[in-house]
Amino acid sequence: MQGIEELTEASYEYGFSTDLDTDIAPPGLTEETVRLISAKKDEPDWLLEWRLKAFAAWQKMDEPDWAKLKIAPIDYQSISYWAAPKQKPVLDSMDDVDPDIREMFDKLGIPLHEQKMLSNVAVDAIVDSVSVTTTFKETLAEAGVIFCSFSEAVQDHPDLVREHLGSVVPVRDNFFAALNSAVFSDGSFCYIPKGVRCPMELSTYFRINSMNTGQFERTLIVAEDDSHVSYLEGCTAPQRDENQLHAAVVELVAKDRSEIKYSTVQNWYPGDENGVGGIYNFVTKRGRAHTDAKISWTQVETGSAITWKYPSVILQGDRSIGEFYSVALTSKHQQADTGTKMIHIGADTTSSIISKGISAAKGQNTYRGLVKIMRSAENARNYTQCDSLLLGKDCGAHTVPYIEVKNPTAQVEHEASTSTVGEDQLYYCRQRGMNEEDAMAMIVNGFCREVFNELPMEFAVEAQRLLSVSLEGSVG
Amino acid sequence: MLHVKNLTASIGDAAILKGLDLDVGAGEVHAIMGPNGSGKSTFAHTLAGRDGYEIGGTVTLDGANLLDMEPEERAAAGVFMGFQYPVEIPGVNNMYFLRTALNSVRRTRGDDEIGARDFLKIAEEAMELVEMKQDFLYRSVNAGFSGGEKKRNEILQMAVMQPKLAVLDETDSGLDIDALRVVAAGVNALRGPDRSMIVITHYQRLLDYIKPDFVHVLVDGKIVESGDHTLALHLEDHGYADFVNHDLDDSPLSGANA
Repeated sequence: MQGIEELTEASYEYGFSTDLDTDIAPPGLTEETVRLISAKKDEPDWLLEWRLKAFAAWQKMDEPDWAKLKIAPIDYQSISYWAAPKQKPVLDSMDDVDPDIREMFDKLGIPLHEQKMLSNVAVDAIVDSVSVTTTFKETLAEAGVIFCSFSEAVQDHPDLVREHLGSVVPVRDNFFAALNSAVFSDGSFCYIPKGVRCPMELSTYFRINSMNTGQFERTLIVAEDDSHVSYLEGCTAPQRDENQLHAAVVELVAKDRSEIKYSTVQNWYPGDENGVGGIYNFVTKRGRAHTDAKISWTQVETGSAITWKYPSVILQGDRSIGEFYSVALTSKHQQADTGTKMIHIGADTTSSIISKGISAAKGQNTYRGLVKIMRSAENARNYTQCDSLLLGKDCGAHTVPYIEVKNPTAQVEHEASTSTVGEDQLYYCRQRGMNEEDAMAMIVNGFCREVFNELPMEFAVEAQRLLSVSLEGSVG
Repeated sequence: MLHVKNLTASIGDAAILKGLDLDVGAGEVHAIMGPNGSGKSTFAHTLAGRDGYEIGGTVTLDGANLLDMEPEERAAAGVFMGFQYPVEIPGVNNMYFLRTALNSVRRTRGDDEIGARDFLKIAEEAMELVEMKQDFLYRSVNAGFSGGEKKRNEILQMAVMQPKLAVLDETDSGLDIDALRVVAAGVNALRGPDRSMIVITHYQRLLDYIKPDFVHVLVDGKIVESGDHTLALHLEDHGYADFVNHDLDDSPLSGANA
């Protein structure tokens, strides 16, 4: 019988790289670099000032060291902070997309041709640091929805960007957020006007292609009163021996009675089975929920060598709701320190957290979550459930919950469990005729069911498939 | 059908099966009885292909050597084991599990897979056998099931898989009398000229409901006595003492030989 270790040695199917003619800045980070990026993007002065403020803050900050992660020192001067595929700067139609880029996305299963798109999903495709195209722009515009690259938003909707940029994640928030604020190159911007239910799913697909570059993108989603939007994010990167840095910031603003549902399937290159290469993924994601608003984060994290990520909700308005559903899988030598922060400020606010950690091979998986009930949050409620699944003997699962309660009317519940995929479960499935890989995939998918149920249909199917692939071995 | 010859099984230094012989013909039901620790469950797992034993001897099913096969290959060859302790698989819906199982063996055998709608019919028929309600199909596999529901689920699976050889390991353990009746009725309904069964049990009680063609007594890794169902009744009255005592060092026989 195959051991669980063999079953969890996966292959990475997005490891190819595409030969694109790329405009790339020399490595190094100084104030000049920040100015260069801003100039390349032809940005207004206020944004340059904002970047410089972030850069100054970043220089005085230290990398956080509280996460349960072993990271080789990162040399921030050896990274290139600007890489962009060379192509026409403005795209009027899909036909203007560089055929090489289009082929790359076809290979990734993300067709950029609107006619070819399977379903009702608009895509903003980001390669290295810049947005290459956004689909379905006109359809969305009819509903009043703005969905475009961050750079376009800065040019076309500067007031909206200026009002909300940094309003949820300030430039000094943390080391990686400050770095991102200084050097971010592109990202997605999305604005849903009052009372509009976004007519389709919006999605951003991130692809790192160039070598020795960092990827620093920024996503800003603003949902006005009584609006609704569901947003998807996917990521992959080529297989390379060097570690690559990805430090993104996502800000969500959910105004009164609005709802934002944000789903991520993160499949950056995880490194090989010896722990060589892979993406360092340091991401700050946070939303602010106003009165009666709801923000729901769902994430499926299967990639990256290092994942440091805590999608959070500031429950500012009364009766606002925050949700966090997470599946994090660490195999090979992957390390994940991920979780959420639910900051209850308004009265009658509720939050729920369902976290499923899966550790295989030599993977280390930590759930770290903060539930903070402020003095003002009368009758706040939280429910947290953290389940860990261990596949094999050399992996680890850790749970680090922080609970701070300053209002005695709060109700906070925390449940945690750790289990192993037993040889007995595998044996049971195999006795019923399933092969070992199918059995493993079925058991692990079952463990993640509650989270997958939160994903939009297309993503749920993709997530299940991804999980199976990540656990795939060499059963022959 | 099934031929077991000089079967041995051990874990490390501990020998559990010590040369077991058994022939089961098509359509026959054989009961295997024995005291705790005699190797009954090990025998069942040896047939199903559980990892972790050192195995010797031969086991063939319709001429094919079972001992060379992985558990899933044995399943495709027609071996089904009803577990004494059915395993829970949280989050996996019972119907999905069953359909995946059936289609896995069908694929291996080169048969077409069965679609969701046709499968539902198969499942519904099987559920009537074990008196289960529809919602049972949509619950997670064995998770939160009562002892009786778990055992009924095993029989349901057997009904769906339609095996050539069913090995039921202590299917009666943990069942109250009503559940026992339902489970036994399900097993009886699945008896047929092409299906052989090995029913492993500690108590004769189950055999009041499932009439075996043959009864074997397994003691210390060997079959020490075989007979018809009256042997089970004898065991009910006298226990296993007759068979066990032969091996005791302080018995008169061993004393005389010393």
